[in-house]
Amino acid sequence: MNLGVGDVIFFFLAALTVGSAMFVAFSRNIVHSAFALMGTFLGVAGLYVTLGADFLGAVQVLVYVGGILVLTLFAVMLTHGIGDVQVSNRAIGRLPALIVAAGVFGLMVTAAGQGKWAAREVTNVEPTTEGIGEALLTTYVLPFELASVVLLAALIAAVMLSRKEIRE
Amino acid sequence: MIGLEHYLVVSVLLFSLGIFCVLTRRNALGILLGIELILNAANINYIAFNRYSGAAYDGQVFAIFVIMLAAAEATIGLAIVLGIYRSFRTIDVEAIDRLRG
Amino acid sequence: MTEVAEITVVSYLRWIPLLPLASAALNGVLGASIHKRFGERAISALACAPVTISFILACVALAELAGLPEHDRFLLDHVAPWIAIGSLRVDIAFAADPLTAVMMLVVTGVGGIIHYYAIGYMHGDRSYWRFFAFFNLFMFAMLTLVMGDSLLLMFVGWEGVGLCSYALIGFWYQDIEKARAGSKAFIVNRIGDFGFLLGIFLLFWTLDAAGHGTVVFREIEANVGLLEGRFFWGFPVAVLVGLFLFLGAVGKSAQIPLHVWLPDAMAGPTPVSALIHAATMVTAGVYMIGRMHFLYSAAPAALTVVAVVGATTALVAATIGVAQNDIKKVLAYSTVSQLGYMCLAMGVGAYVWGIFHLFTHAFFKGCLFLGSGSVIHGMGGEQDMRNMGGLRRHMPRTFWTFLISTLAIAGAPFTAGFFSKDGILAEAYGRGGLGLWLAGALGAGLTAFYMFRQVFMVFFGECRAGEHTRHHLHESPAVMTVPLVILAAGALLVGWLGLPPFLGFLGPNLFEAWLEPVFGHPHAGLSHETEMVLTAISLSMAGAGVYLAYRMYYTGRTSPETFSEFAGGIPYRAVYNKYWFDEVYDAVFVRATMLLAKAGALCDRYIIDGIVDGSATLTALWSRVTGIFDLGFIDGAVNTISDSVLDWGSRLRKVQTGSINAYLYAIVAGVVGITILRMIWFAGV
Repeated sequence: MNLGVGDVIFFFLAALTVGSAMFVAFSRNIVHSAFALMGTFLGVAGLYVTLGADFLGAVQVLVYVGGILVLTLFAVMLTHGIGDVQVSNRAIGRLPALIVAAGVFGLMVTAAGQGKWAAREVTNVEPTTEGIGEALLTTYVLPFELASVVLLAALIAAVMLSRKEIRE
Repeated sequence: MIGLEHYLVVSVLLFSLGIFCVLTRRNALGILLGIELILNAANINYIAFNRYSGAAYDGQVFAIFVIMLAAAEATIGLAIVLGIYRSFRTIDVEAIDRLRG
Repeated sequence: MTEVAEITVVSYLRWIPLLPLASAALNGVLGASIHKRFGERAISALACAPVTISFILACVALAELAGLPEHDRFLLDHVAPWIAIGSLRVDIAFAADPLTAVMMLVVTGVGGIIHYYAIGYMHGDRSYWRFFAFFNLFMFAMLTLVMGDSLLLMFVGWEGVGLCSYALIGFWYQDIEKARAGSKAFIVNRIGDFGFLLGIFLLFWTLDAAGHGTVVFREIEANVGLLEGRFFWGFPVAVLVGLFLFLGAVGKSAQIPLHVWLPDAMAGPTPVSALIHAATMVTAGVYMIGRMHFLYSAAPAALTVVAVVGATTALVAATIGVAQNDIKKVLAYSTVSQLGYMCLAMGVGAYVWGIFHLFTHAFFKGCLFLGSGSVIHGMGGEQDMRNMGGLRRHMPRTFWTFLISTLAIAGAPFTAGFFSKDGILAEAYGRGGLGLWLAGALGAGLTAFYMFRQVFMVFFGECRAGEHTRHHLHESPAVMTVPLVILAAGALLVGWLGLPPFLGFLGPNLFEAWLEPVFGHPHAGLSHETEMVLTAISLSMAGAGVYLAYRMYYTGRTSPETFSEFAGGIPYRAVYNKYWFDEVYDAVFVRATMLLAKAGALCDRYIIDGIVDGSATLTALWSRVTGIFDLGFIDGAVNTISDSVLDWGSRLRKVQTGSINAYLYAIVAGVVGITILRMIWFAGV
C-alpha cells in the first residue's frame, strides 16, 4: 500500500463527510442533525481543496456553514419550545426509505461504472480564483446575471413570507 | 492513487444518505437538511469531474451556481417553515395535511 | 271627313285646364286655413279667378281658330311625353278644333257663371273651401276630357269628372243618404267606364294588329279604314268598339238603363246639379260620340243602337218626370230626357244638331237648376213643390228667368230650345224613320207639360208654405240672380246661331258652318215643306202640353186624379215609382253582391282562419315535441358529462394525500425513473 499524504488526507476527509452525513440521517435530535451537517460541510470543503478548487472551498465554508447552517439553526430554535428538543426528529417508515436509498445507490454505482470517461492525469495545482472570476464575467455572464435575479427574488419572497399578516 | 472513482463513491454515498434523510424525516427542517446533503453530493461530482477532465473552470462555475441556488432555496424554504410554524404551531409534516383531497 | 292640312302649335292651351287644377290644389291643401284666416272672400277669389281666366283663354283659342283657314283649324299644345310602351305612344297634349272650342266655351263660360252663383249659394257653409276645391278640380277634369288629344287623356278626364261628381254629390256627407247617392253615382258610372275601357282596348288592339296602333284621335281618324273587314267574336270591330264606347256614354250621360244615378245625384248642392248634371259632365258622352264620329259613321249598327237608346230614354224619362214632386227631381228627369234627345241626334248621324242641343241645353237647363236653387234658398231649404206656390210675387227675377228657360225647353218659337229640338226631330224623321220621330215628338209634348206644371205649382196660385217659411221668403242676392239673367238671355239668343234650313232666309246656320271642318255637311235632305209640317206638329203638341198643365195646375179645372186614376192607377204608380228601376237593380245586383260578400266572409272565417289556426296548433305541438327532446336528450347529455366529471374528480382527488412524505417518495421515484429511462434509451452513448 503506497499511501501518500494526500491519500491519507482524502480518506480522513471522506470519513468525516460520510460519517457526519450518517449522523444527520439517523439522529433523532434535530439540533444534533444540524450540527452534524456542519461537519459534513467542512468535510466537503476539505475535499474541494484536495481537488484543487481552493476558491470553492472557501465559498463552501462561507456560504454553507456561515449562512445556511446558521439560518437552519435559527429556524430550529424558532420552531421549538426548548423542552421539546429531545425527541424532535422522529423518523417515518425507515424500511421503505432504506430500500429506496439502497436502490438509488446501486443505480448510481451502475451508472458510474458504465460511464466511459477518460480521466486525465492530475496536473499541478493553480489558484482558481482569477479563472473563475473571469469565466463568470465572460462565458457565464448570463447565468450570473440570472442568478442575481434569482437571489433578489428569493430575498423578496423570504420577506413576503415572513411578514406578519395583519388580520383584523 | 486517489482517482476520480474515489470521489464519485463519496458523492454517491452522500447522495444516498441525503435521499434517506429526506424520505424518513418527520421534522420539516430535517427534510431541508437532507436536501443540503444531496446538493453537496452533486457539487462534489462537479468539482471532481472538473479536476479530472479537460474543461477549464466550467465545473467549478457550475458548483458556484449550485451553491448560490442552494442558498436561495434554503432561505425560502426556511421562511415557509417559519410561516407554517406560525400557522399550525407545529412543523411535523405528518400533521400538516390540510391539502388532503 | 276632316283633312287636317296643318297643325298650329300653341302653348297657352294647357293653362285652360291647369289653372283650375292649381287653384284646386291650393284650396284643397290650404283651404281650411285660408278660410279661417281670410274668410270666404279669399276662397271665392282663388276659385273663380282661374275659371274666368280659362274662359278668356278659350275665347282667345276660338278667335285664333276663326282666323285660320277653314280646313286648318287645329291647335295643338304638346305638354309632355307620357307613355311609350311597345307600339303605344301617348303624350300629354291638348288640342282644339272647332268642336273642342264649342265645348271649351260651354264648360268655362257656363261653368264660370255657376262658380259665381255658388259664391252666394254656398255662403255660410262650414266646408266652403272644400266645395270650391272640388269644383275647380272638376273644371280641370272636364277640360282635360274635352281638350285631350287622345282617348287615354280623355279617359283621365272621364274618370276625373266621375270622381268629382262623387265628391260633390256626397258633399254633405254627414247625411248618410247623400253619401249613398254619391256612391251610387260612382258605381253606376263605373259600369259605363268598364265598357269605355273595353272599347279603347279593342280599338288599339285591332289597329295595332293592322300596324297602326294608336289612341290619338287624329291618327285614329286617319286610320279608321283599317277597321274594315276586321271581326272580333263574329262582330265587326268598328261596331263593337262603338258599342263599348257607347256603354261608357250610357253611364256618363245617364241613358236607360244606367240613368238611375242622376235623380239621386240631386242630393248634392244645386250648383253641382247645375254644372255637372246639366251642363257639362253628363254631356261628356255626347261629346265622345261626336269626337269619334268617324268611327260611328263606319259602324251603322252601333249608330242605330245609339239612336234607339236615345229615343227611348227621351220618352221614358219624360213620362217619369210628370209625376215627380221634388223640384230638382223634375229637372233631373228632364235632363235625362234631353240627353236622350242628344243621343238620338248623334244616333241618326246628325252630329251637328246633337252638339247644338248640348249647347243650348247648357243655357236653359243651367238656368233652370240655378233658379230652382234660388227657390230652395229663398224657401229656406224646402224642395217639395206641393209646399210652394205664388212665389212670383216674392222672387220676381227668379220667376222671370225660370219662365224664359221653361219656354226654351218646351220649344216655344224662336227660343234656343225651339231651334235645337226641332232640328233634331227633323233629322230624326228624315234619317231615322217615323218611330224615332214619334218618340221624340211625344217626349216634347210631355216635356212642355211637366215643365209648365212645375212653373204653375211653384210660382202661381196661393202659397202653400208654412207661416214661418212664408215670413222668410226673399229674393236671392245679386250674386245669384245675375247669373240667372245671363243664362236666361243665352236661352233666348243663342238659338239664332243654328237656324234650320227652312228658315234659311233669316240667315246662315253659323253653328253648322263652324262645325263643318269636323263633321262635314250631312243633311237629311228634307224639303222645306216637310220641315214646316213637322215643326207645326211638335209646336202643337207642346202647346197641348202647356194647356193641360194650365188647366190642371192653374185654373184647377181638370183634376190630376183623372190621370192618376186612369186604368186603375197602374200607369200612375208605375211612373211615380220610376218604373221600379232602382228596386229591380237592388234585388238582382246589389243583393247578389252582398250574398257573395257574405259567402266570402264565411269562407275566410272558417276555412282560412281554420287553416291558420290549425297550423298554429301544429307548430305548438311540434315545439312541445322538440322541448321533450331538448329536456330529455340534450339536458341528459349535459348532466351525464357533469356527473362523470364530478365522479372522476372525486376519484382522482384521492391522490392528494396531503402527506408530504408521500410526495417526496413520488419525487424520488420520478427522478429514478428518468434516470433509468435515460440509461436505457441512450445505452451505449
